Amino acid sequence: MHAEEKLTAETFPAAPERATLEGKNKFLGFWLFLGGETVLFASLFATYLALKDKTNGGPSAEELFQMPIVFMATMLLLTSSLTSVYAIYHMKNFDFKKMQLWFGITVLLGAGFLALEIYEFYEYVHEGHKFTTSAFSSAFYTLVGTHGSHVAFGLLWILTLMIRNAKRGLNLYNAPKFYVASLYWHFIDVVWVFIFTVVYLMGMVG
Amino acid sequence: MSTIARKKGVGAVLWDYLTTVDHKKIAHLYLIAGGFFFLLGGLEALLIRIQLVKPNNDFLVGGLYNEVLTMHGTTMIFLAAMPLLFAFMNAVVPLQIGARDVAFPFLNALGFWMFFFGGLFLNCSWFLGGAPDAGWTSYASLALDSKAHHGIDFYTLGLQISGFGTIMGAINFLVTIINMRAPGMTFMRMPMFTWATFVTSALILFAFPPLTVGLIFMMMDRLFGGNFFNPAAGGNTIIWEHLFWVFGHPEVYILILPSFGIFSEIFATFSRKRLFGYSSMVFATVLIAFFGFMVWAHHMFTVGMGPIANAIFAVATMAIAVPTGVKIFNWLFTMWGGSIKFTTPMYYAVAFIPSFVMGGVTGVMLSAAAADYQYHDSYFVVAHFHYVIVGGVVFALLAGTHYWWPKMFGRMLNETLGKITFWLFFIGFHLTFFIQHFLGLTGMPRRVFTYLPNQGWETGNFVSTVGAFFMAIATVILLINIVITTVKGEKVPGDAWGDGRTLEWAIASPPPVYNFAQTPLVRGLDAFWLEKMEGKKELTPAEPLGDIHMPNSSFLPFIISFGLFVAAFGFTYHNDAGWGLPVGILGLLITFGSMFLRSVIDDHGFHIHKEEVLELEKKGANA
Repeated sequence: MHAEEKLTAETFPAAPERATLEGKNKFLGFWLFLGGETVLFASLFATYLALKDKTNGGPSAEELFQMPIVFMATMLLLTSSLTSVYAIYHMKNFDFKKMQLWFGITVLLGAGFLALEIYEFYEYVHEGHKFTTSAFSSAFYTLVGTHGSHVAFGLLWILTLMIRNAKRGLNLYNAPKFYVASLYWHFIDVVWVFIFTVVYLMGMVG
Repeated sequence: MSTIARKKGVGAVLWDYLTTVDHKKIAHLYLIAGGFFFLLGGLEALLIRIQLVKPNNDFLVGGLYNEVLTMHGTTMIFLAAMPLLFAFMNAVVPLQIGARDVAFPFLNALGFWMFFFGGLFLNCSWFLGGAPDAGWTSYASLALDSKAHHGIDFYTLGLQISGFGTIMGAINFLVTIINMRAPGMTFMRMPMFTWATFVTSALILFAFPPLTVGLIFMMMDRLFGGNFFNPAAGGNTIIWEHLFWVFGHPEVYILILPSFGIFSEIFATFSRKRLFGYSSMVFATVLIAFFGFMVWAHHMFTVGMGPIANAIFAVATMAIAVPTGVKIFNWLFTMWGGSIKFTTPMYYAVAFIPSFVMGGVTGVMLSAAAADYQYHDSYFVVAHFHYVIVGGVVFALLAGTHYWWPKMFGRMLNETLGKITFWLFFIGFHLTFFIQHFLGLTGMPRRVFTYLPNQGWETGNFVSTVGAFFMAIATVILLINIVITTVKGEKVPGDAWGDGRTLEWAIASPPPVYNFAQTPLVRGLDAFWLEKMEGKKELTPAEPLGDIHMPNSSFLPFIISFGLFVAAFGFTYHNDAGWGLPVGILGLLITFGSMFLRSVIDDHGFHIHKEEVLELEKKGANA
């Protein structure tokens, strides 16, 4: 099979993301990239854990973190991961419209998460928790901010793919692109699970 | 679209290289850029040795010496050794596995341009106030105090950009080797250099992110008011040391494993024997890489981690000597009973064994934590790592240059000049560094720009400087050799040495743009040698002749990297000048804008038709 082939629901392969050599390469290469990203976040987490109590007179984790907003953000992001699974499910069934719909919902949920995070950071800065306040604040904003910028990049990426392919539907050239974008989205979600646990839950319990 | 090579103008050739996604041309780019930085780093080394030639010298004093010293190390590791290894990986690995191309040709080009612009940015510091001056390890305690100029910022941003490129290169090689091997090329039939590239790429993928994170922290602290390493605000400078060495120790294996791979090819080729203990070689390579991640703190024995941590890291370090020893004996046994041909690459290979073993032995000495308190920060350490890096990596680079030059450029480097280069370099190397062991043991500290008379260090330093000039002359002769060869070197057939064992020697030199007209069928280790032993001159094809799919050239990799180069300038100066922030944002817009273009413009590549392939093959056979 090659990338430019015109396909129907019947001829569309079961694993369209790996049906061409280009797709196979993208699939594997992206998994490896996520391996590198894992080490990147592991280094950020390790540094955060080393510096989380060094507040330098600024507010501490217990004083700052508020469960409701963080919990809401977590729910939005976890749900967006689920909706991106639906999108890929419909991609595999060659149902372009439904895929676009579910990716659209994913993007909305992701944007909601991002908005909450920006609001949260805004609040913290007002409470005297700035990037330059302490070693704790620098480590916090770098870890959570790196995750946030990943979310922003992921949103732009999925949106770009949706708009670029809106008129031409699915083929074996763009199916791997949608697939790795969804992989990226899941990865962001997994990282957030760790941030929620290590930064927020451990921060609130002390 | 015609791909038949014609005589092209300079502009067309330049444009060709600026937009190429062909792994063979990217190899040329890496060779040229890496070679340039190698000369630059070598020049810096000469300046260091001139300053140290006599006590109380005032040739390069204080801050300037620190800058030259820092840039020597940084340039040699990041901008010379790694790119030169990448040159050979690009030139050879796709050929060795019987592939027409790499998995991600566009990403491959992007990786090169990122490295190039990162290196360029780093070296711009020379003209903009001053170069980084906190040593190649740039410990935070020194780096945060370096406030006279932006040197350290050029270091953090330049290395981040070139580091992105290196990670891209690594992912590209991993996927290429996993997905694009020719039929029959099982993992345990892959040539050792391909194996080394594979394992090295995995090391890069997992070792570079900690460096990136460390560099981001350093950048935040210096340019954006962060407090990661600032003890006054609760920060901790030891975090930099850990992050740096979690990267830094695997880095030395990132350099040495491909070098081992190059020597494995050379030993087998010129002993005209199968590599002894192939499976144990593969196993040793993987084991060294695995251990490589568990020994980083042996660079930090004197930090005060305590006896338990020191003991664990000491034992883990010593364990690496075992798989390395396995390799040394395998190379010796490869030569044993072989019909050895002493070519220039083989000279380097044979000289590498005792030179590298000496570096290995001092490595085991240094790994004894208690003894390390004596050796620490002395010239003994300098002697040790130059023995492994020059005696291992640079020897391999020189050997590889002579060995694969005919494959890459179609002409054989002059053997007489090659051997003169070898002898001058070999003698100069030992002259420079052997005596430094003793300078270190008698207490001469590293990184200090001068010393006093009558401490017993005059002779040693003088000898060391003389040796450095031997290596410089050797390098000049190599350059002359390259010029002579390019002008009037003899053209060579595909199997340039006559003893080629692996697939790259089965096709024309230099290879056609599509590498293999027909994907070969691999029937065992040393696939080409097997065919030759059966009296055949060509590989057994695995497919009929047909149209060949090729990727399109693109200028975007250059622009994407250029954007980061611009952005780095902006962010470096954003605290000093109003134009800083806008320029930084402009640079990022250029980068992300071109990434957006790459995403929305379809790139299906093109086909070279069967008839054209036939025509090119006929030409290749006649050449």
